[in-house]
Amino acid sequence: MHKIYTNILQIAGDVIMVEAEDIGYNEIAHIQTQRGSSLAQVIRIDGKNVSLQVFAGSRGVSTGDRVRFLGHPMRVASGPNLLGRIFNGSGSPLDNGPALSENMIDIGGPPVNPVKRVIPNKMIRTGIPMIDLFNSLVESQKLPIFSVAGEPYNNLLARIAIQAEVDIIILGGMGLKHDDYLFFRDILEEHGALPRSIFFMHTAADPTVECLLVPDISLAVAEAFALEGKRVLVLLTDMTNFCDALKEIAITMEQIPSNRGYPGDLYSQLAARYEKAVDFDTAGSITILAATTMPGDDVTHPVPDNTGYITEGQFYLKNHVIEPFGSLSRLKQQVNGKTRDDHRTIMDTMIQLFANYRETLEKRAMGFQMSSWDKKLLKYGRLFEKHMMSLEVNIPLEKALDLGWDILAECFLPEETGIKKSLIEKYWPKKTTQTS
Amino acid sequence: MSKRKGRITAINGNMVKVETDSFIVQNEVAYIIHGNERLKAEVIRVRGKCAETQVYENTSGLKVGEEVEFSEELLSVELGPGLLGQIFDGLQNPLPQLAKECGFFLRRGVYLKALPDMMEWDFSPIAKKGDCVRAGDKLGVVPEKIFKHYIMVPFSIEEECEVTHIEERGRYDFTRPIARLKDSSGRHHDVYLKQNWPVKIPIRAYSQKLKPERTLVTKMRLIDSLFPVALGGTYCIPGPFGAGKTVLQQLTSRHADVDVVIIAACGERAGEVVETLKTFPTITDPRTGRTLMDRTVIICNTSSMPVAARESSVYTAVTIAEYYRQMRLNVLLLADSTSRWAQAMREMSGRLEEIPGEEAFPAYLESRIASFYERAGIVKFHDGSTGSVTIGGTVSPAGGNFEEPVTQATLKVVGAFHGLSRERSDARKYPAIDPLTSWSKYKSFVEEKEVRAAHMALRRSNDVAQMMKVIGEEGTSLEDYVDYLKGEFFDFVYLQQNAFDKVDEATSEERQKYMMHFIHDNILASQFDFKDKEDALKFFQALRQLFRGWNSAGWGSNEFESIESEVITKLKAYLKAGQEKVNA
Repeated sequence: MHKIYTNILQIAGDVIMVEAEDIGYNEIAHIQTQRGSSLAQVIRIDGKNVSLQVFAGSRGVSTGDRVRFLGHPMRVASGPNLLGRIFNGSGSPLDNGPALSENMIDIGGPPVNPVKRVIPNKMIRTGIPMIDLFNSLVESQKLPIFSVAGEPYNNLLARIAIQAEVDIIILGGMGLKHDDYLFFRDILEEHGALPRSIFFMHTAADPTVECLLVPDISLAVAEAFALEGKRVLVLLTDMTNFCDALKEIAITMEQIPSNRGYPGDLYSQLAARYEKAVDFDTAGSITILAATTMPGDDVTHPVPDNTGYITEGQFYLKNHVIEPFGSLSRLKQQVNGKTRDDHRTIMDTMIQLFANYRETLEKRAMGFQMSSWDKKLLKYGRLFEKHMMSLEVNIPLEKALDLGWDILAECFLPEETGIKKSLIEKYWPKKTTQTS
Repeated sequence: MSKRKGRITAINGNMVKVETDSFIVQNEVAYIIHGNERLKAEVIRVRGKCAETQVYENTSGLKVGEEVEFSEELLSVELGPGLLGQIFDGLQNPLPQLAKECGFFLRRGVYLKALPDMMEWDFSPIAKKGDCVRAGDKLGVVPEKIFKHYIMVPFSIEEECEVTHIEERGRYDFTRPIARLKDSSGRHHDVYLKQNWPVKIPIRAYSQKLKPERTLVTKMRLIDSLFPVALGGTYCIPGPFGAGKTVLQQLTSRHADVDVVIIAACGERAGEVVETLKTFPTITDPRTGRTLMDRTVIICNTSSMPVAARESSVYTAVTIAEYYRQMRLNVLLLADSTSRWAQAMREMSGRLEEIPGEEAFPAYLESRIASFYERAGIVKFHDGSTGSVTIGGTVSPAGGNFEEPVTQATLKVVGAFHGLSRERSDARKYPAIDPLTSWSKYKSFVEEKEVRAAHMALRRSNDVAQMMKVIGEEGTSLEDYVDYLKGEFFDFVYLQQNAFDKVDEATSEERQKYMMHFIHDNILASQFDFKDKEDALKFFQALRQLFRGWNSAGWGSNEFESIESEVITKLKAYLKAGQEKVNA
């Protein structure tokens, strides 16, 4: 029999305080109000005063409502029955399917012992040259996509999801627009990926606080699959909404804010989630890709800043392309030496020339005269942007490398690239003669 | 005496309030009894009958009214042979053993002994019966990896004692006393192969602290030649994310010329620790011929592990460092990152509802940082020998802005500042330490006039570069342009180092002296004869290419000498008349 309390002492923001006894910290409660019911979680206990954050928001909660404590922390069902299903931010079905209650697992479980991790070493192929060739994604990597609102980060996430060679895709949506949600659903369905996907959807219309559970639920389910040996890709969009919900609760609880209103433990909170990315020794793996929108394109804003210190690099989406400068995959060195012997050389050479191209653009903008070398660079830059950077491009890594050689051969003489002789002999396209 | 107990009255995150009828000791360890779990906590504030404790574990499920046991002991670590090569969490639990016991996850409330009782060591006595000894004096020795691990008079013994009994040569485990001491009041103390020491109190069993003067060779040219660190000194590496703090720390931990390296991975990525702990056992230390792991202790409390233990991990690390210093060894402690440690303090301070300082950090932030770095130093023992602890801490300033409290508090107390800059790392200039803003109070092994000339060349080059941005290359005089090229050249061939090149990744002291001398005499201080700017640019580009090959040629190899003569020929062709002599 669960304990039921009706003495709600205080309602402030989305936090209510109820008088109750024998309640565990982080325990989940069920609140029945006139408007419906909601889950709530214990976030502070002081004697008999128990504070709970109400996931559906406190609007309409009356001081006479019933609070039923469930006697355990937040749990979620796990296992293959979840595949192809769509749930809301607290794990209830949104797709008219049955509610699930098998293999219940606690969310926010303990951290992985570092000695049980292995050094990541498997590349995830996405078909996007800016990722595969220049900043390879590695299994078990945690990587955010930094962008301003309005950039096609959800399209990018969806593309990676349908093309990545993983066993299971879990999508955690936080404050997602309803049409974005439909977009994800339709595109995964179209590519036949829905049967291996699980959705935890919190849309912009839902109460803000409810999105706090989404990363934990998504990652707890992912972890259960990974322990069974599955390779899981978790997509979280958008983590800035999650941070804003944290901020809201922290301020309601009268915590002293540290930076632009965000709580002092923002780093630990984010790390607790991102660090769930793991390649288990003798089991599966979890890879996390998260969209982080940067207010005002400001990378020093507390959310992208703290994220950058935690994650293993970032993709920087700007003007609808993955910007080569500012994007970084810290784990690429673990895999790009094992693909094809020209991978690293093409990567370095093309980026270096592209940097020169940007300098030439600046020079041109300032009205300096263009030398013949500058003209070559301008041509190269245009080809690079069109055939490599555009997110429309969808080719495997090997094709992208060949394409790289073609672009180089089209614009430069072999010795102008500074590439090692042995590689030039092996890969430089024979037929094309230089046109300018 | 029965155990002192209390009951939980409030829970807020990892802060738990406990009410008790007995006395309370500040900073004592308490255990929360939750079912059959015992969760470690530390008393951090006392108010009347109420002790406020920080719990070193996740507090999920704890209830008001649950029992708490006070231990009267401060948070301590075990010190003895067997620490080297180990991987501990912030509370000194051995992680590999935890993995054996609990599997993939760190189960809360499971604490294992850092040094298992049954481990046996070959003990040889040094002291004799009747000897008069003080805290820290050698009683005997056991071999540990490549070192002589001295068994010392416990550091907690305050007065001179007489050795009343000492065991003979033989194998002993941690449970058998190897010596017995008698103090002046006639009390007996048993001495074991291991001893406990509270982490937040510095070990002071030495006769005096000396001034750090000898350079610690990190084999990083930029650091050793321009911004050196002294044995027993302190330095900090602040930098924005992605500027290469951790890579720099990893390189230092591999190449630094010290006996023991303690790595405190405090609140950073688990992946980075994994890389260290999986690769170190496979890398041979050129100085000893054994693996790098044999001289390393890793204290690892990564970002998703409990926050309070993050705070204790830096203390655990520095205490172990001090212990090996007592062995008369030179120890390097690398803390990555001290900002996470400061954030752990901030989180706790917030829960205690203390009045916040800047950016919500507690007011005592500065004094805590200062007292941590003060535990570094080179010390002289009563027998005249020395040992040292050098501390290098990374700082992760919010937004990469050095004007924040942790960076500023750290800068006040360290002896060298290696500031990483985003511009340098974006331009792939590694190590990305900015030579224009960094400083060091320690003396380099390179001649002082050469160091001064190098700083001057870099500043001058930067000035000209700034000027050129405004007036363009055309408006710059040839003389200024050559100064600009000299600085760029020096930066490229000397300050930047290729971590992926077997030779270039580590430069010995001897080679640094030689190269610095060569570059100073023949290039920085020389006058050249150029037709025009293009001529000068071509010359320096060619020279750069030569030096690049030179840097990857083994010290003293034939290749080294042949490139050197090529360089000299090149230089001779352009030196101004009357300056033909080239110093080699």
